[in-house]
Amino acid sequence: MCVIRVEHLRKSFLLDKTAIHAVDDVSFSVDEGEVFGLIGLSGAGKSTLVRCLNLLERPDSGEIWFDGLNLVEQDDSVLREKRCRMGIIFQHFNLFMRKTVWENVAYPLRIAGQRTKEIIPRVEELLDYIGLSAHARSYPAELSGGQQQRVGIARALAMNPRLLLSDEATSALDPVNTELVLSMLRKVVDDLGIAVILITHQMEVAKALCDRIAVMENGKIVEENTVEELFLRPRHAVTRRMIRGFDEDIPLEHFADLTSAPVYRLGFRSQTVTRPLISDISRRFNVDANILAGNINALVGGDVGYLVVSFEGEEEAVCGALSSLHEDGVEILKLEPGNGQNNGVGLHAKEEVR
Amino acid sequence: MNEFVRATLETVYMVLTSSIISVVIGLPLGVLLILVRPEGLRPKPNLYRAIDVTINVLRSIPFMILMIVVFPLSRLLVGRATGTTATIVPLAILAIPFVARIMEQSFLEVDYGVLEAGLASGATIGQLVRTVLIPEALPALVNGVTITIINIIGNSAMAGAIGGGGLGDLAIRYGLYRRNSLNLFVAVAITIAFVQIVQFLGRLIENRLRRDGTSPAL
Repeated sequence: MCVIRVEHLRKSFLLDKTAIHAVDDVSFSVDEGEVFGLIGLSGAGKSTLVRCLNLLERPDSGEIWFDGLNLVEQDDSVLREKRCRMGIIFQHFNLFMRKTVWENVAYPLRIAGQRTKEIIPRVEELLDYIGLSAHARSYPAELSGGQQQRVGIARALAMNPRLLLSDEATSALDPVNTELVLSMLRKVVDDLGIAVILITHQMEVAKALCDRIAVMENGKIVEENTVEELFLRPRHAVTRRMIRGFDEDIPLEHFADLTSAPVYRLGFRSQTVTRPLISDISRRFNVDANILAGNINALVGGDVGYLVVSFEGEEEAVCGALSSLHEDGVEILKLEPGNGQNNGVGLHAKEEVR
Repeated sequence: MNEFVRATLETVYMVLTSSIISVVIGLPLGVLLILVRPEGLRPKPNLYRAIDVTINVLRSIPFMILMIVVFPLSRLLVGRATGTTATIVPLAILAIPFVARIMEQSFLEVDYGVLEAGLASGATIGQLVRTVLIPEALPALVNGVTITIINIIGNSAMAGAIGGGGLGDLAIRYGLYRRNSLNLFVAVAITIAFVQIVQFLGRLIENRLRRDGTSPAL
C-alpha cells in the first residue's frame, strides 16, 4: 500500500537574485515496508526535498499525498498531527542536548499531550528496542555518535509513524557506527513494516538498505529503479559515477578513449555473476576480451556486478559474442568515446584550437 | 551605621525590582526578536527592524540623561520623580532592551536543527519556545541575567547622584560631598561585594545547568 505519493513538487530559492531550483518537478511514491533511496551529490536538492515532505519547508507547487490528504493544502494544526506520523532522523542527530535520553524519546509523546502514565511504558519499550535502557538518564553529549543516532531513531519512532525520513543519518558517523545504525534501520523496516525514505550521498549506504533508488541531480530525479536494475543498467552518467564510488574518479566513458576497439559495460545479475561467461565467449567466438574495470556489489536482493570490456576480433565474431551474452541475461551498454566528463587535457586543447 | 543598612536595603530593592521587571518584559521581547528575524521561524522583517532600531536607540542613551527624560513617566507610574521607587522606572527601561538583545543572542546559540527536530515532533511555535528554545538556551540565559543585574547595580549607584537613594547616594552625599573617605570607601566596598556575590551565584547556577556535558559558552 502506498504510504506517500509526491507529484510534481517544486521548490526554489533566491540566492543573490538568481533562482535556485532546489527541487524541480519531482514525483515518486513509496510503499509500505519499502526503503526508498534518494541519492545524489551534495547540492542536488535532497535535503530540501525531505524538508518539503514534512512541510518544514513549504513547496512552491506540487502535491504530497500522505494519510489520504494532500499535505500542501492543509493548515498548521493538521500538519502538526501528520508530522508525528512521519518520523525524521538527521545527519547531526539534533537531539535536545539539555534533556536526558529518556526525555528526548518522550518528547513527541509529551508534545502530543499524552499522560506520563502512558508515556513511561512506551519510552521504556523504545529504549529497550534501541538497546540503550542503561543510558536513560544520560545526556546526549555523554553518548557516542552511533548511540545518539539510535536515540534519534527511538524519538522518531515514538509516535508509531508510517514513514521514516532519514536525512544523511549516517554521514557523520564512522564506518562501524554507520554499520550499526544501518542494521538498526533495517531492523525497524523488518519489524514495523513502515516505509523509509533514505537520503544519502553514499551509494554504499543506499545499496545496503534500499529496495528502490532515485538518483537526483540539480533538483531533478534523473533516474529511478530497483537497486538491482540500477546497478545492472545505470542509464545516467551520475548514476554510473556513484556506483563506481568517489575514490575511483574516472568516469566509465574514459575507458572508451583508451582503445580503438569497441568498449562495453556488461552488467551481471546475481544468477550470472559467478559464471565464467567472458572466457566462454572468448573461446567460442575467437574474440579477445580485454577487461578494463570491474566491480561486484552486494545488494539486498543479491549480488550484482559489472565489467568494462573491450572486444577485439572479427566484427561478426564480436556481434555473436555480444548476442550470446545478451541471451545469458547480461545487460550490455556500449560506451562511446568522448562522452566522459574528465576526458583530459587533449580534448579541451583541440576544442580551443577550433 | 544605620545609614549604611538603609542604603544597602534600598539598593537591593531597586536592583531586584528593576531586574525582575526587565527580565519579565525583556525575555518575551527576546523570544519575539528571534521568531521574527528575517531568517527566523515567523519572519516579519519590518517588525524586526522596528524593534531592532528601538533597542539600539534606547541602549545608546546615557543613563543620567534617560533618568531625567523619564521623570514625567516615573511621576505618572509611582507618583514622584526622585527616590528609590521612582528610580526603578529608568533602571528597568534601560535594562529591558539590554535583556532583549542578550536573550536574542543566547537563543541564536541554539542549533536550528534542534528546533527543526522539535517542529518535526509536532510542536507548535509556543510549545517549541517553552520546551526547546528556552530550556536549550537556559545556561546562556542565566549568564545574560547575571550580566544584566551587574549592569543595573552600576546604574543604580549612578542614580544616587540625582536623588535615587541607595549606596550610590550614600557614597556621594556622605563620602564625596563631606570629604569622608571612610564612608566613601565602605559604600563602594559594599557595591563591589554585591557585584561579586551576583557573579558568583550566577556562575554557580550556570555551571549546575551545564552538568549535561555540553561545553560552556565563552
